[in-house]
Amino acid sequence: MSSLAVHKVPSAAGTTGTAHKKPPLRRRIALLPTVTLLIGAVYCLLPVAWVVIASTKSGTELFSTFTFWPGSGLVDNVKELNAYRDGVYWQWMGNSALYAGLGALLSTCVSAFSGYALAIYRFRGRESMFNVLLAGVLMPPIILAVPQYLLMAKAGVTDSYVSVLLPQILSPYGVYLARIYASAAVPADVVEAGRMDGASEWRIFTRIALPMMVPGLVTVFLFQFVAIWNNFLLPYIMLSDDTKFPITLGLFTLLKQGAAAPALYTLVITGAFLAVLPLVALFLVIQRFWSLDLLSGAVKS
Amino acid sequence: MKTARRQSYGVKSAPYGFLLPGIILFALFFALPIGYALYLSFRKVHVSGLGLGSGARKEVWAGLENYSDALSDSELLHGALRVFGYGLIVVPVMLGLALLFALMLDADKVRFTPFTRLAIFLPYAIPGVVAALLWGFLYLPDVSPFYWVLDKLGMPQPDLLDGGPLYLALSNIAVWGGTGFNMIVIYTALQAIPVEVYEAAKLDGATPLQIALRIKIPMVAPSLVLTFFFSIIATLQVFNEPTTLKPLTNSVSTTWSPLMKVYQDAFGNGDIYRASAQAVIIAFATLVLSFGFLRAANRRSKQEEGAR
Repeated sequence: MSSLAVHKVPSAAGTTGTAHKKPPLRRRIALLPTVTLLIGAVYCLLPVAWVVIASTKSGTELFSTFTFWPGSGLVDNVKELNAYRDGVYWQWMGNSALYAGLGALLSTCVSAFSGYALAIYRFRGRESMFNVLLAGVLMPPIILAVPQYLLMAKAGVTDSYVSVLLPQILSPYGVYLARIYASAAVPADVVEAGRMDGASEWRIFTRIALPMMVPGLVTVFLFQFVAIWNNFLLPYIMLSDDTKFPITLGLFTLLKQGAAAPALYTLVITGAFLAVLPLVALFLVIQRFWSLDLLSGAVKS
Repeated sequence: MKTARRQSYGVKSAPYGFLLPGIILFALFFALPIGYALYLSFRKVHVSGLGLGSGARKEVWAGLENYSDALSDSELLHGALRVFGYGLIVVPVMLGLALLFALMLDADKVRFTPFTRLAIFLPYAIPGVVAALLWGFLYLPDVSPFYWVLDKLGMPQPDLLDGGPLYLALSNIAVWGGTGFNMIVIYTALQAIPVEVYEAAKLDGATPLQIALRIKIPMVAPSLVLTFFFSIIATLQVFNEPTTLKPLTNSVSTTWSPLMKVYQDAFGNGDIYRASAQAVIIAFATLVLSFGFLRAANRRSKQEEGAR
């Protein structure tokens, strides 16, 4: 199982005999690919670099100084953001952490159960169940979200944490990944051996299969975490009380108000900067745990 | 004997037990809403008299009325055309760049790969709304470094948030956000190709370009199909980015994309029946497109297998 952090076995150096004799000459860098990649990196980092710098500017500096020149207002901007509507910004961040953290955890559990069942057992309706579930991936979110809202309104639970959390627990994509991972990581004879020893099916799952599935489930969790953190449409439809907003929706409403009062732009920019920080940090720490070959490997089978 | 029978009974019912939470959630949050949307799409509100009083507004059967309305609605059609044009830019550019970067990462003697790989993948971690917000500011003449540069050079300053350039501006946000993820998918597939394949080609005197075109790209074709498929789906469902840019420009209407049109009809105009019919049409079109695509891709791969 290779992951993002795994490097290719250096093959090129070994094949050409001269590589060992004249390393300084032969170990030139391939200029074209390197430059192409560096340009790509600059393009991808540009808006992030911009927001880092722009967040240091005061309202007047934002419109008057060169954009890539840092300003002097970072501390004031953060203070202002803290003060905005009694710190509702931090409430949004907390809400996002709650929706994404708890949602991804529950989602991973459900995916693990379902994926394990679909991978290990042969039972009636297995394939049709799986296909119906996969069709869920193709459903435009709005065809789900509008009736979900109307049904929740009938049940009287719109505009609540539950209304955003519950619909995101079942992820067809998560089940799909878990199924692929379970069939690759859990050998059938190990399950059979567990049965021979008289273990219950639940015990076989929790004691034998689950530990084997952990690396794949980490990927499922991370995918779900990012998906829920980035979700906008569902909370946009479900919520009206802005103390329950996730950060995406919070920043959007702030931007919408900023269109009328450009003084709010500095708040939006500082808010965007602070919102990007935890996700980038998380991303840098965990990127080595992602096994994305799950994705490309999945297509081949 | 008795225990063996009990055990086999346990094995038989176990998968359903494991699937139970998934099935309940599917029924509640997928099947039921879809069914309800279908039901609503065949209903309408009948207003009698002046629409006053409690019994004046009644929900009645509408037949296909909502559907014929939706299909003849020029706003929905224009939204679909806009998204089609947007997709014509986003999908080829994003996947082209993803493939290019993946091949470059996989090439020999390339430097800074851990850094560039991470940098290009980074936008995946940034929510679409925040990405649109960041780029939106970079498109605003007052705060954008691009306009500052153009200004210093004495060059004309196009309005990026209007007309044709608006498509480029929106496409750029999608390309920025999606290239890295697709790059990683393709790159991981490239890594799975056994090294011996290249060695043989190199001994035969193949250049790196030939190896890329003749060996690498055909071998990662399944990943390309997958990324293409997901890109099309994501394009059809575009909603966050134009919605976020809307406060910054008057050129993005509330019905810019089909999904925005559904939202607008459902919550702006309060006509959930029409909105439901439109949502059903969009879902149907997505399913037809997806399955058509998957069948075509399947048929091709089967033909290739037969040819070998």
